[in-house]
Amino acid sequence: MSFTEEEIERYSRHIILKEVGGAGQQKLKDAKVFMVGAGGLGSPAALYLAAAGVGTLGIVDLDVVDLSNLQRQILHTTPDVGRPKVVSARETLHAVNPNITINTVEERITSANVLDIIKDYDIVMDGSDNFPTRFLMNDACFMLKKPLVSGSMFRFDGQVTVLRGHLPTDPCYRCLYPEPPPADLVPSCQEAGILGVLAGTVGILQATETIKLILGQGDVLAGKLLVYNALEMEFMKVKYKKNPHCLLCGPNPQITKLLDYEISCTLQRH
Amino acid sequence: MAVTVRIPAPLRKLTGGSSDVPAQGATIAAIIDNIEASHPGLKARLCDETGGIRPFVNIYLNDEDIRFLDGPDTRLADGDLVSIVPAIAGGA
Repeated sequence: MSFTEEEIERYSRHIILKEVGGAGQQKLKDAKVFMVGAGGLGSPAALYLAAAGVGTLGIVDLDVVDLSNLQRQILHTTPDVGRPKVVSARETLHAVNPNITINTVEERITSANVLDIIKDYDIVMDGSDNFPTRFLMNDACFMLKKPLVSGSMFRFDGQVTVLRGHLPTDPCYRCLYPEPPPADLVPSCQEAGILGVLAGTVGILQATETIKLILGQGDVLAGKLLVYNALEMEFMKVKYKKNPHCLLCGPNPQITKLLDYEISCTLQRH
Repeated sequence: MAVTVRIPAPLRKLTGGSSDVPAQGATIAAIIDNIEASHPGLKARLCDETGGIRPFVNIYLNDEDIRFLDGPDTRLADGDLVSIVPAIAGGA
């Protein structure tokens, strides 16, 4: 193991857990996790992954911090308004844990760049804010055989699942939702609104699943969708399977290269 | 069969705000017609023009996705919970 005295003290509450221990903490240190978005979901997830000692975090986000983001995007603070999100994310995360490596990508993720951007990571977390990016990340992670920890939210509702369609028994996002809705059925982000603290709940559930995948501990939400409603304070866990007709991960795939769907939410900055 | 249908937030404007709607029917298809009669407009949100379930809306019988049971023909028992769960994409 390669921990400094400072690290041993920093991670002592992890190391004392038999499910983590020194060996698990080393797995966290060796892990490379990529986050799509430094927004509502990416903020709490990245903070906890950094605090947990995940050794390499990659973050992609093209946006700058807007005042209306601060109601939930806790990586960023008031003086950050107008600055690139990846810049304030890096500063916040390094302040929490200076021992980790943070790679930032200030670009829009597309079919042309996604494979190159995520290829060196072990696990991808989806905190994107539109269906086209969600389908793109699913397809790219399937092609590169990487687990994708998916979280999404709408008003007071959240959904979390773990996608590993490259495994023979596990479904992908297209098994769960074969196609994105047409743009006219997707409420605009501004219309929808979002309970700020919901982002914390969903993002931290994603971080929990990511840490369990790294440690190889517990049961993850593979083939299971966790549906959360904050108003009713209800969690429902439902099951789904690998779809034998899945166009991506089924036995007769029709999708063999990355597709670009039209962005259906026009207010991506919020 | 008397079942409860759980309505997701985006569709509750069609149910007067109700999250749980009682319904009668032997199959999922019958339940959809039954709730359409009491809450017009719901069916079009769940089904396409041919009556198939839309690919971005999932319907669960208790905790099982009906796509992996018998789809709209999935049979129901008294007391079943039918949950409608649409895809959501927010993350920012």
